[in-house]
Amino acid sequence: MPFVPHSKADINAMLSTIGVDQIEDLFDEIPLVIKARPFEKIPENISESELTRLMTARANEDGVDLNFIGAGAYEHYIPWAVWDIVSRGEIMTSYTPYQAEASQGNLQMIYEYQSMISSLMGLDCSNASLYDGASGLAEAILMAVRIQLDKPKKILILGDVSPNYLEVLHVLLPHQGIEIDLDLNLNLDKNIKNLYAAVVIVQPSFLGLIQPVDVLTDWAHAAGALVIALVNPIAMSLLKPPGEWSAAENLDKGADIACGEAQPLGVPLAFGGPYLGFICCKKKYVRQMPGRIVGRTIDLEGKEGFCLTLQAREQHIRRAKATSNICTNQGLLVAAAMVYMSLLGETGLKQVAKQCYLNALALREKLIQIDGVKLIHTGPWFHEFAVSMPLPIDKIREELAREGIQAGIEVNMPGFSNVLLICSTEVHTSLDHDRYVNALKYVLSQAKIESCFNKNTELDGVTGAEKILC
Amino acid sequence: MLIFEQSNLNPIPDNHLAPFQEVKPEKLIGLDSKYLRTENSRTVLPNLSELSVIRHCVKNSQKNFSIDTHMYPLGSCTMKYNPRAAHRLASLPGFLNKHPLAHSLNTQGFLSCLYELQEILLELTGMTGVSLSPMAGAQGELAGVLMIKAYHRARGDLKRDIFLIPDAAHGTNPATASMAGFKVIEVKTQTEGDVDLSELKKLLEIYSDQIAGMMLTNPSTLGVFERNILEITDCIHKAGGLLYYDGANLNAIMGKSRPGDMGFDVMHMNLHKTFATPHGSGGPGSGPVLVNNKLKAYLPIPIVGKNNFGKYFLKTKEELPESIGRLSAFHGNAGILLRAFAYARLLGRSGLKQASEVAVLNANYLMKKLEKLGFTLAFPERRATHEFIITLQKELKAYKISALDLAKRLLDYGIHAPTMYFPLLVPECLLVEPTETESLKALDYFIEVMSKILEEIKTNPEWVKQAPHTLPVRRLDDVKAARELDIAWREK
Repeated sequence: MPFVPHSKADINAMLSTIGVDQIEDLFDEIPLVIKARPFEKIPENISESELTRLMTARANEDGVDLNFIGAGAYEHYIPWAVWDIVSRGEIMTSYTPYQAEASQGNLQMIYEYQSMISSLMGLDCSNASLYDGASGLAEAILMAVRIQLDKPKKILILGDVSPNYLEVLHVLLPHQGIEIDLDLNLNLDKNIKNLYAAVVIVQPSFLGLIQPVDVLTDWAHAAGALVIALVNPIAMSLLKPPGEWSAAENLDKGADIACGEAQPLGVPLAFGGPYLGFICCKKKYVRQMPGRIVGRTIDLEGKEGFCLTLQAREQHIRRAKATSNICTNQGLLVAAAMVYMSLLGETGLKQVAKQCYLNALALREKLIQIDGVKLIHTGPWFHEFAVSMPLPIDKIREELAREGIQAGIEVNMPGFSNVLLICSTEVHTSLDHDRYVNALKYVLSQAKIESCFNKNTELDGVTGAEKILC
Repeated sequence: MLIFEQSNLNPIPDNHLAPFQEVKPEKLIGLDSKYLRTENSRTVLPNLSELSVIRHCVKNSQKNFSIDTHMYPLGSCTMKYNPRAAHRLASLPGFLNKHPLAHSLNTQGFLSCLYELQEILLELTGMTGVSLSPMAGAQGELAGVLMIKAYHRARGDLKRDIFLIPDAAHGTNPATASMAGFKVIEVKTQTEGDVDLSELKKLLEIYSDQIAGMMLTNPSTLGVFERNILEITDCIHKAGGLLYYDGANLNAIMGKSRPGDMGFDVMHMNLHKTFATPHGSGGPGSGPVLVNNKLKAYLPIPIVGKNNFGKYFLKTKEELPESIGRLSAFHGNAGILLRAFAYARLLGRSGLKQASEVAVLNANYLMKKLEKLGFTLAFPERRATHEFIITLQKELKAYKISALDLAKRLLDYGIHAPTMYFPLLVPECLLVEPTETESLKALDYFIEVMSKILEEIKTNPEWVKQAPHTLPVRRLDDVKAARELDIAWREK
């Protein structure tokens, strides 16, 4: 079913207009030796109804989980209206708005998104999206290096950052000669004067910790570095936004660039994508920003309208000298984020953040009552936290997965073993928490019985009842 | 009107969120106020009812052109019909709500679709290795160029720092090569649209052991098949370089010729073009990267594997230690890959081939008809592939009507403008790609409109120059947009 609308008669009429006998003649410029043989492995077509059965069975096999994993992708409640609007053909099946007159709806929605996300960050400008949080951070770093031409091409990352993000940086940055240093302990006694083009501050950190961003920002600025804020946008409705980071008034206040993953703003988990990378900055740096930007202007008759602007930064104009190679971005997800933020409004978004905070707090309290479950840090946390477990994380994850519960992910931390990173957002109820806690207790108690049983089988003369009691 | 200008001054009741418990700021135990956003630090988010937001967005959406509403003969972009089934099936709860780091016990269904898509793409392209992780064509290009870099490095061949790229190439090609740390040298095109072989050979002699590779689109962006492709791949390989295939134009050759058989070592596909996933007003795309055996070890992670027990899993650095690494936080645009899988299964092996056949038939039909109307073809002696170029040089000279003017006038007739001024080397060009999903009736309407506009150009050129006349806005002042930058609304 190739969605071809031609009848046989149509095809024949067209062939005769062109002046060839058969379709194959249209491919006569392809050298014979490289003509393709018929496919053998690609399956024959199936009907839409068969495909529906097939994919429904597979989706049902995977099931809908009770999810406590965060680690860069967060489950939030998405009002039905968001994807109902975004799935409209006029938005979903439209092209990049290069033809401004035929794209005013999309252009305005992108402009409104840019306004919302930049104000959420407390900064002046935003672009029209990047691929995801990880590539967004890479682009932010490239941008900072372009601005800081007189500084070493070195970046310092303060605090815990997603190991996957680090992997992406190690793919995208070395080719421009950029080096990355990590400082997990926020050691501010070190003198870094003029050593770094930029310092990356993560809020909240990968392990869920709320960072002392004001002092970190002032410290970085005093050393001549730009500040890149890698932040969770939901958290920014509750926590101090990057544009206001600073304890002092006299310094160049606020982070210079903010970036991250805007998936929490109305984009479903969808096994990792498509997500929504965002990047915002102070106005003075806008010409170094990568990707598309929408501006408001007027038409011939003086009527307000929108168009892509500052395109001379981009690959289709500047080619090898462009600020980035990005072309296709995440436009549809921009529309989703714009609708999501509009539906929730300022108070709604803050309410989501507060409920995330309180839900994580409530779950944490319940979990640390369990024997052997220990908190790694003393907080404060946002909606994610790390605990050490008395059992290998693989075992816990697998046993809970059998019950349709995603327990969290394992993180490697020097000096600790069996560390589980757990997230709870506003979607959870206290019953969900109880289900998780009970399932976990059961797995831990089973493991205890098993280990006792293994010990006791070595002893003769012990009754079954005594074994269980041990 | 902007959404902000419709906002109520104060918050209005909202019932999207069931409060888990009543939350007051003082109950945020453990959160020092120094961390919190202050009352004065306001966002511009509007206070609106659901109905107001919906009306605003729906009215806005109606100002757009889209495939669902208009024909889009947009060269190099393959704006074909996006099947509803693919979108709906990718949105099934078991897929849509799946966390990317969920346990593999609960992701076998999703992974099986991705695995089967990998197999389909391999046979379609004639390559032997694939990674689905790049999130758009440009990222696929970057992955490919980085793999070529890794290949030369592994051989201790460290001098190779030049990429050859035809002057007709997409802007992403040179931008990508330079992002990966390479120098770019442009290769000229000769008058019939093929790469200038003698110039290519000259460059190879001058820079021989500095050539890392060449990036090429075939059919090229000029809408013609590169007839000397085997000679090109051969002489690049002899010089020690590798060949990169930009898959933007794959819709012209599915089942007809395969990049792997042409001698390419690495390529990307644009699933949002060839496999009909929605363009979504500029994205998301998906740009899987495919390689032959020379580059298999360097593919970006993750890749979906299948073990001896038939279980699917994600290969990481453990299985692929020489991989160039990870390009996205998780597994690329997985939801888009599901849509591409659905599309591939609906078409099957004969449908994919037929899609290309009819795409090429439609383009050749339009080309012939436009030529008869009196439009000038850029390459009249050549077959069209799935797209072709007309040039308005003649009209510019006689009536001062540019390609831009004609493109804008098409909008008035409900047809999206073709790609304009690309490739850069054909002056006043329009690149026309109808795709296979446009009916003969739609094509004939396009011809009829082009004929009308040609008449207007001759009789009333001023009217054409002022177009569009019927859209929500007239031509926009983009100089003002750049000079008086207004890219975010703020309360005055």
